[in-house]
Amino acid sequence: MELLAVFLPLFAFLIAGLFGKKIGDRMSQCVTCSALVVAAFASILLFFDVVGGHGYTTVLSPWISSGEFSAFWALRIDQLSVVMICVVNIISACVHIYSIGYMSHDPCKARFMAYLSFFTFVMLMLVTADNLLQLFFGWEGVGLASYLLIGFWNNRDSANSAAIKAFVVNRVGDLGLVLGIMLLFVIFGSIEFDIIFNNAQLHSQTMFTFFGYDLHALTVVCLLLFVGAVGKSAQLGLHTWLPDAMEGPTPVSALIHAATMVTAGVFLVARFSPVFEYAPIALMVVTVFGALTAFMAATIAMTQFDIKRVIAYSTMSQLGYMFFALGVSAYGAAMFHLVTHAFFKSLLFLGAGSVIHAMSDEQDMRKMGGIYKKIPVTYALMLIGSLALAGIFPFAGYFSKDIILEAVWADHTWFGDFAFLIGIIVAFMTAFYSWRLLLMTFHGEPRMSKDVMSRVRESSSVILAPLFILAAGAVFVGFVFYNMFVGHHSIWHETIIVLQENDTITAAHNAPFWIKRLPLLMGGFGIVTAYVFYFWIPSLPAKFSSAFKWIYMLFFNKWFFDEIYNRLIVRGVYCLGNIFWRSGDQNIIDRFGPDGSVKVSRKFAGMLSRFQSGYIYQYAFMMIVAVIGIVSWVIFRVGQGF
Amino acid sequence: MFEFSLLSAMTFLPLAGVVIILFIRGEQEYVARNSRYVALFTSVFTFAFGLFMFLQFDSASAEFQFVEKSNWFKPFGISYHMGVDGISLFFILLSVFLTPICILASWESIKVRVKEYMIAFLVLETFMIGTFCALDTVLFYTFFEGVLIPMFLIIGIWGGQRRVYASYKFFLYTLLGSVLMLLALLTLYAQVGSTDIIVLMDNPVARDLQMWLWLAFFASFAVKMPMWPVHTWLPDAHVEAPTAGSVILAGVLLKMGGYGFLRFSLPMFPEASLFFAPMVYWLSIIAIIYTSLIALVQEDMKKLIAYSSVAHMGFVTLGIFTATTQGVEGGIFQMLSHGLISAALFLCVGVLYDRLHTREILRYGGLVKNMPKYATVFMIFVLGSVGLPGTSGFIGEFLSLLGAFQVDMLIAALASIGVVLGAAYMLILYRRVIFGVQVNKDAAGMPDLNNREYGILLSIIVLVLWLGLFPNVVLDRVSPSVDKLLTEYHSKLEVAAGFGNVIVGVEGEQVK
Repeated sequence: MELLAVFLPLFAFLIAGLFGKKIGDRMSQCVTCSALVVAAFASILLFFDVVGGHGYTTVLSPWISSGEFSAFWALRIDQLSVVMICVVNIISACVHIYSIGYMSHDPCKARFMAYLSFFTFVMLMLVTADNLLQLFFGWEGVGLASYLLIGFWNNRDSANSAAIKAFVVNRVGDLGLVLGIMLLFVIFGSIEFDIIFNNAQLHSQTMFTFFGYDLHALTVVCLLLFVGAVGKSAQLGLHTWLPDAMEGPTPVSALIHAATMVTAGVFLVARFSPVFEYAPIALMVVTVFGALTAFMAATIAMTQFDIKRVIAYSTMSQLGYMFFALGVSAYGAAMFHLVTHAFFKSLLFLGAGSVIHAMSDEQDMRKMGGIYKKIPVTYALMLIGSLALAGIFPFAGYFSKDIILEAVWADHTWFGDFAFLIGIIVAFMTAFYSWRLLLMTFHGEPRMSKDVMSRVRESSSVILAPLFILAAGAVFVGFVFYNMFVGHHSIWHETIIVLQENDTITAAHNAPFWIKRLPLLMGGFGIVTAYVFYFWIPSLPAKFSSAFKWIYMLFFNKWFFDEIYNRLIVRGVYCLGNIFWRSGDQNIIDRFGPDGSVKVSRKFAGMLSRFQSGYIYQYAFMMIVAVIGIVSWVIFRVGQGF
Repeated sequence: MFEFSLLSAMTFLPLAGVVIILFIRGEQEYVARNSRYVALFTSVFTFAFGLFMFLQFDSASAEFQFVEKSNWFKPFGISYHMGVDGISLFFILLSVFLTPICILASWESIKVRVKEYMIAFLVLETFMIGTFCALDTVLFYTFFEGVLIPMFLIIGIWGGQRRVYASYKFFLYTLLGSVLMLLALLTLYAQVGSTDIIVLMDNPVARDLQMWLWLAFFASFAVKMPMWPVHTWLPDAHVEAPTAGSVILAGVLLKMGGYGFLRFSLPMFPEASLFFAPMVYWLSIIAIIYTSLIALVQEDMKKLIAYSSVAHMGFVTLGIFTATTQGVEGGIFQMLSHGLISAALFLCVGVLYDRLHTREILRYGGLVKNMPKYATVFMIFVLGSVGLPGTSGFIGEFLSLLGAFQVDMLIAALASIGVVLGAAYMLILYRRVIFGVQVNKDAAGMPDLNNREYGILLSIIVLVLWLGLFPNVVLDRVSPSVDKLLTEYHSKLEVAAGFGNVIVGVEGEQVK
């Protein structure tokens, strides 16, 4: 079963990728979609198989063995991975089907489907890894898929830059991950999960020396792994690639940059809960980073006008929620939010795709408006997604966001309180920007040209059908799975380990009533505020932005991260490259090395060659001089001898 | 073992081809065609020998296999001694695999003096195989230096516009190193009284002498690798060499340095190796970062790949001198993988050069439209060069970094910066050549890969992915010899330190 769930996407990729031209677009779409649908069903069956019982590992073949270091290709099927497999396969199947409709005018359909299937496969390799190296294989593999799909429309310059940026920024994060893997190997002598997790406690006091400092080994390991997570999950500092990644086709944004790949970081930390539990400082860092990201991304989302970018920043912000949940050891809550978020965020993205389609590829919300009557189904679906995102009862987001906020409250540490405060504020902002998006896109006066408006049509059923599945998820996943994920008898068993004193989820269930209701209240308040700003008094946003110009500019320009990075790092690197090349290689090494010695020897040879002038009298003269010289020297020496 | 002397047969088979080619007379056209075919068949036949050797190779043994030994120059005890162990096995395979590819790659692009060109390549092949088989220093030195001659001619005769400058630079650099190595070999002979590599390995010389000899060997091998700061010949040589010349240069010749470190420096001068290891680390780090940065600003495709080669070879030297299992095996693997990937990258550049006769990146762009097959193939090699898991590039980089990490975390951390930069310059190169708008009409009209080119590149792709997914094919065969090498290395160090009061940089030293 697990082989079916994992390798069907690979099979689909190979068919569509290698033979896409021969079998035609229609056939490639059929093959990939049916493979993914079967894989999705297989993973659901797998879920029910594993969830009650025990996990197991299927070893496929050895990969690397060098000395004591060894890594295997294996599928680790346990509660944690099976949840991820389900999410990945279900969302991916929906996105595959949706793409048939969405990409119907694109000339490279087979290639697109192949990339999507490839992504699904490597993502599954990531989540089913039972050692760090296979995880890293998946980790880089999804990076590659993301690169290929962001740059799918490769004649666009912006898409190409975005693709490279995504890959390179992710590489910076991966660097942390690689170093983390190596450190784990040095500490544990293995990179197998089982060995690491079983021995984590033994090493909870291990120290190592670096530059004369004694460092707590597991804390450093966790921080390094977290660097990887920061890159992949677009957290503060390494987040700049995610908004740019919206250059890719919308199904890609839904699948990779909302539902699955960007949550890999969350998965990684959850998977390493047995290690993170012994690194309280690392957990604190995770919490603080998560909270800051959630806040920053939400502030930016409130000011953007590109519909996809708003959703992208919202994704970042929600990922921040997941991370601060992880930071207070509420791993189950983070995974819960991951699942609900996957459904409602991909719903929102695909819905936005449907809107963009209807608006003849316009993404600027300032040019939309007044279309809710023309595309009522899309509108209703987007509404469901937004309700879930804003955390309104009884939609999925309500349950998961609630438990996260209760858990951080129950943590009772300074960073827990900090995250709680931010979480509450961001809950308000989330609702605000969601409704800002809805109101600007669907309500008000039409701001698009008549020509385009007359062509606004509801999307075809192949686009809408997957949306219904996702919408069902956005409505029901919350209360159906609440007990499984964060209830008293959650499904995680030994896959997520929480120390007794860190058990915030249990504590969260005893939170006071006002804590439990506060997020909902803030959400409602956010919606009302959005109505005030964008529906009842439409002149208010402009007044507001001019009154708080500095803050507005800061938010609107994304806190100037890109500018700072460009100035400092990108330019610096190019500058250094030029200096090294022109001054280092050409002016120093070559000048004093080979070219210099050539010059010297040429000069010397020139001097020598002057002796060979060809005139007999010169030679004769030289001979005489030499003979005189030698004779006098001999006489001199002989004379000395006596 | 069997009677048939496989290694000699394999080594000198190409020379037999040379003899045949020499006898070809007649019309120019006729001569060219026939010498191409003779060269191709000879090299394919040699490759078959190589495969046979691979299959016969006993992967459990750490000893030299297929050994041949006979007196050569008795008064001085110089013998004709050949043998293969896990370390040299794959370099030989790489040589015999790349030669037919080179000949195929020059099938159409070389139009003048075809006969001489093919002869040069076959002679080169003999010398390359000989270098990796030789177990006698005189024999080794003969082959090792012999390589220079055909390579010098290939660059100097069939090269680009500044070919003479480039070939002289190449020759001068490498010759300078070799002269020092020759002196070191003579000194060794004077000290130990033997030219046999195995004897020399078992009889380490005094510590002070080790230092000098190590440096002399280092001069030669560092130039070959090439390491910073003696790398500047490489970009010029690559840029001016014909495609096949670059392929062999990047694919095999650079590996001779790394092989030399493993065959001479580590086993013969263990104390000096330990002493100089930090210097090698830092030179490697500089090479990795410095040349990656330079690669980022190149406008010439071949130069960019040449600089990236220097960076990749930095991982090799880093790995080898960590003297850990992972480091050394990673170094060997990295050399193999780089041999395949950079060879393929040069072939890819050659494909474009054959069509448009320029290596300037700016002249290309948007090739994905008219050359989709090429775009796919090139992408895979770019990813291999970037070190994506699943390609062979990853295994080598990761293992050598892992080796370095066990010795010094800072070194590993710095070296891994190169991985990020590597991704940047390769992807930017790819984007500028393959993606974007088609600015140049000629570039937009270029035909896609023909079957010959496609076949060549496909065979390398298969190897790159195969080694990336199942690297144990190589690692299993390499590890007995590496284990032996390292065990002896560490025990020699212990002996030298008077049994035991030396801290050897092995695994887990950092962790208390």
